[in-house]
Amino acid sequence: MRAALLTEYRKLVTTRLWWVLLVAMALVMVFMGASLAFTFSVPADQGGMGGGEGLPALTPTDVALSVYSVAAGFGYVFPVVVGALAVTGELRHMTITPTLLAEPRRGVVLGAKLLAALPVGLLFGLVGTAATVAGGATVLTLTGGETALGEPEVLRGLALSVLALGLWAVLGVGFGTVLTNQVAAVVVVLAYNQLVEPLLRLFLGSLEWGQPVTRFLPGAAAEALVGSSIYTAVGAGDLLEWWQGGLVLAAYALVLAAIGRATTFRRDIT
Amino acid sequence: MSFADTAPAPARDDGVIAVHGLTKTFGPVRAVDDLTFEVRPGRVTGFLGPNGAGKTTTLRALLGLVRPTAGTATIGGRRYTEIPRPQRVVGAALEAASFHPGRTARDHLRVYAPQVGVDDARCDEVLGLVGLADVAGRRVGGYSLGMRQRLGLATTLLGDPRVLVLDEPANGLDPEGIRWLRDLLRFLAGEGRTVLVSSHVLSEVQQTVDDVVIIARGRLVHASSLAGLAALERTGTRLRSPDPDGLDRVTGRWGAAVRRLAPGAVEVDGVEPAEAGRAAFDAGLELHELASLSVGLEEIFLRLTAPPADEPAGVRS
Repeated sequence: MRAALLTEYRKLVTTRLWWVLLVAMALVMVFMGASLAFTFSVPADQGGMGGGEGLPALTPTDVALSVYSVAAGFGYVFPVVVGALAVTGELRHMTITPTLLAEPRRGVVLGAKLLAALPVGLLFGLVGTAATVAGGATVLTLTGGETALGEPEVLRGLALSVLALGLWAVLGVGFGTVLTNQVAAVVVVLAYNQLVEPLLRLFLGSLEWGQPVTRFLPGAAAEALVGSSIYTAVGAGDLLEWWQGGLVLAAYALVLAAIGRATTFRRDIT
Repeated sequence: MSFADTAPAPARDDGVIAVHGLTKTFGPVRAVDDLTFEVRPGRVTGFLGPNGAGKTTTLRALLGLVRPTAGTATIGGRRYTEIPRPQRVVGAALEAASFHPGRTARDHLRVYAPQVGVDDARCDEVLGLVGLADVAGRRVGGYSLGMRQRLGLATTLLGDPRVLVLDEPANGLDPEGIRWLRDLLRFLAGEGRTVLVSSHVLSEVQQTVDDVVIIARGRLVHASSLAGLAALERTGTRLRSPDPDGLDRVTGRWGAAVRRLAPGAVEVDGVEPAEAGRAAFDAGLELHELASLSVGLEEIFLRLTAPPADEPAGVRS
């Protein structure tokens, strides 16, 4: 297994993909952090959403953490894509053939991919969370808000945000084993991230029976792990306990990988 | 070369590739149909057949990439998937496209090196061996087909295996490359390794192989040494003349080799048209036809692998 892990690690770092996506994530998350901080801290009559009527009163710590939670709740596209491409790329370039010649035990190959994705995801988590905080805290400071970076609750949330993004990368591997077409996989991840989950959470969240269901959507689970969410900050739905969120996210990864093991990783490689 | 000091000293059955009753169906298509053959160490074996004959499917079943519908394919008595660190025992290269275009040749080898159990120095060594040392740092996306073939071969040599399985390794090689490949394969077989090389062109491997296994439509049509295949070769000449008596006089010297088709028309086995033509000329015999009936290796190969409808009798072994 050690050799298989080293192989997976080398597969990742010997192409440009990982750092291109890492840089992209940093840039996007700085921007998202900044714009969310602006939205929350600038009053509605000046172009933001802050201080509006009918919204729950938020403490400065709540505001800051819900801004920072966007890394785990939205920025997951990047680690998920990196994880998914670890599988789809092999099928796209037919490197699955030399991969299985080197290690014919397919369960070992898949296991190594899942395990190797975790540290990669943690790196994306570290960079993505830091970028979100950089953008968010800067704007919070400029608009007279509080960065709340000294609050234990916030620091804990940031650490769990890194963990959440690590789990997202593992989930990405599982996803890639189920949807093996590279282009389709990337498109579906983007569509889910930008449209499907936001709409589901707003729509189901408005229904009495649907609201509990939204807590189990992967994005909501990631936010639960962090302990904050912009959805809950604006009163749309609530979250699971942090550990439940982590388990739900891990369960998605494992269920997807199990499906992939029984389908993609059982097939003839022709 | 680097192999000399580490050449394997195989036990009796160690390097034997054994395919027994192998069958693989894809939906309604029988890609491989009850195929049985053996490949011995110390020899280069050509695995031949036209495109679509089932060569690649057979090799993929041998390497654990395709699950056989029936039958077995083993290397040294074990299935590929049962061999620990299989690339130390079997080096295999299938189609030349199995590279990530964004990865350098050196990195391609370094990716698999941990599982083969070799270090970076060995990666550089095999790159030198296949003539890619100068371009080892270039991305594979910019490689020609011939360079990819060499890289595929380098991958197979990483673990210094005693069995080599190469699918169409000469594809895309220039004549100099084909000659280099031939020398390398002969050298490797000379060290006692088992070398199985597939090709759809007999002439491509004719000068390389000791044995041939020929398949068509998923079935074995011939397996022997190359000499055994060459024994099926024959020469012959058909002559036609308006002077039947003169023709009989000229061809009488070849005795039993002469077959009379009709008055004034004969076929002579074992005689080249040049020899028959000269004999007729010397006798002043007017000829209306002087045709070669020679069947060379390539023609035998084509007849062996042709669809059954136009398969002539007599050639099938």
